[in-house]
Amino acid sequence: MTIMSEITIVKNKGAIKRKKNTPMYEVWNRLKKNRMAMGGLIVLFIILLSAIFAPYIIPYDYAEQDYDAKLQLPNSEHWFGTDNFGRDIFSRIIYGGRYTLFISFTCITIAAFIGSIMGLIAAFYSRLDNIIMRIIDIFMGIPSMLMCVSIIAALGSNMWNMMIALCVTAVPEFARIMRAQVLTIKEQEFIESARSIGASNFRIIRKHIIPNSMAPIIVQYTLGAVNVILMSAALSFIGMGVQPPTPEWGLMISAGRAYLRDQWYICILPGLAIVVTSYALNLLGDGLRDALDPRLKQ
Amino acid sequence: MLKFIFRRILLMLPVVFGIIVIIFTLMYLTPGDPALSILGENATPEQIQAIHDELGLDDPYLVRLGRYFFGVLQGDFGISYKSGRPVMDEILQRYPYTLKLTFASVLLGVIIGVTAGIISAIRQYSILDNFFTTFSLFGVSAPSFWIAMVLVLIFSVRLKLLPATGSYEFKHWILPVFTLGLQASASIMRMTRSSMLEVIRQDYIRTSKAKGQSEFITVMKHAFKNALVPIITVIGIRICGFLAGAVLVETVFAIPGLGKFIIDSVNFKDYPIVQGGVLWIGLNCIVINLIVDIIYCFVDPRIKSLYALKKTKKQKVTSITAQGV
Repeated sequence: MTIMSEITIVKNKGAIKRKKNTPMYEVWNRLKKNRMAMGGLIVLFIILLSAIFAPYIIPYDYAEQDYDAKLQLPNSEHWFGTDNFGRDIFSRIIYGGRYTLFISFTCITIAAFIGSIMGLIAAFYSRLDNIIMRIIDIFMGIPSMLMCVSIIAALGSNMWNMMIALCVTAVPEFARIMRAQVLTIKEQEFIESARSIGASNFRIIRKHIIPNSMAPIIVQYTLGAVNVILMSAALSFIGMGVQPPTPEWGLMISAGRAYLRDQWYICILPGLAIVVTSYALNLLGDGLRDALDPRLKQ
Repeated sequence: MLKFIFRRILLMLPVVFGIIVIIFTLMYLTPGDPALSILGENATPEQIQAIHDELGLDDPYLVRLGRYFFGVLQGDFGISYKSGRPVMDEILQRYPYTLKLTFASVLLGVIIGVTAGIISAIRQYSILDNFFTTFSLFGVSAPSFWIAMVLVLIFSVRLKLLPATGSYEFKHWILPVFTLGLQASASIMRMTRSSMLEVIRQDYIRTSKAKGQSEFITVMKHAFKNALVPIITVIGIRICGFLAGAVLVETVFAIPGLGKFIIDSVNFKDYPIVQGGVLWIGLNCIVINLIVDIIYCFVDPRIKSLYALKKTKKQKVTSITAQGV
């Protein structure tokens, strides 16, 4: 009984001590010092908040058509002007953030999950390595844009099918990164010592391998999200993604193309929203890479 | 070296086969009757059946896959539903446009990206470095079709300097090449900078400087040469990306390239073209990756010696086992 309570005390002490020295805390500290990355994080946070609270922020309904006010230049009533249906572009851009963020983070989360598991299995169970990695090679052999187009051609053009296509194309990169990480980690002494004290494969993977191989996956997660944002906008632009009248940014650019000559803001402003979002994510991704791997930033 | 190339080509074959299977399967799963896309909505059941028999559309999946596979091996990618011409002819008619666009923009990207990357690395944290880094991050964050439209707005609509669409003369190509070139230069610049920064801290660079070598020669001969491998990788990735992704720029500038043709064919449900086009670009990318791998060997003798080393090791092992026997 006394031994047990002593262990708990030691454990608790360890927990208190660890709270300040966890690797994540150190990473956060390093990230905090990177002004560009923090700027990116703040911008992302603002975009996220505006997307979540979009219905309360937008001055007009994003689908409301007002033919008396169509093709208006930006003015005090319609901050970003109106499109050919008289819809308020500012409201549509704010509301469109919901779609962009939802699509990119759902796709990249699922892809990261599936890809990491595939990479982990490939690296940890060497018998499956060849099969899994050859499949990954094949998927990487087809350029992602065409892979998406083929999948969407087979399934039909809509948002959900586009998300499936984006997931499929994002998976291989995660699998490759995870595999490379696990292959180096599993040869290290602490894995051997864990095994020698009788830890099961599952425990080794859960407690030692996954936490130690997360750094590049986190970086790829942010940079991959940028890719998904750009790809989903591109697919919607060519009519293979989100369908009208949804206020998706890529689709808005496509719809505004015909009015580029006189009403440039219809397609330039939604594009600016894409640029700001991906720029912020890229800044955060670069910052995270530096923070997670201090060797890179000497 | 030849053995290495041969081995790489052998390793490529399963990937090629896999790509064929995936693309064929995806198109096989596509809903809708191809006979209807050929004949139109008013076709009689007899006509539809005749097309089914002619194209073997009622055969089982594996039979059709096998037929397609052996067709591809002989350079036969099928017949377009829409025009009735061989897919390969249709592809080769559009391919030069895409190829021209891709290589011109990657060339521009290399010139701008490598120069900016080197300057950024040797003058780290200077105003120029900050400018280039900000600009390159913008280049990788902005969608190409949006950049294209901004350029059209500035140079065609406002300044009236360049045509917005078409592909006949040199001036028609300036904006599309500039759009993609800007994107390529952004990623090439980022990679050049980080790769150069790593090399510049090495001891042999300090030695070179210490013995009084000029900065230009130190940078070009010692640093840049050793930083080349990742830069070449990015260039290879960019070429593949543009072969497939130029579709967006082709759409904005109305260039009749392969990418736009594939997208139009999806809308027309002309699936042999989609299948053939995707496969063709996939094969191109595989060949580009092979060329990149071979270039590695010429750029970095260490990579070449790695293969040579393997070879001598193998020879040693075989001679030992032969002696043992």
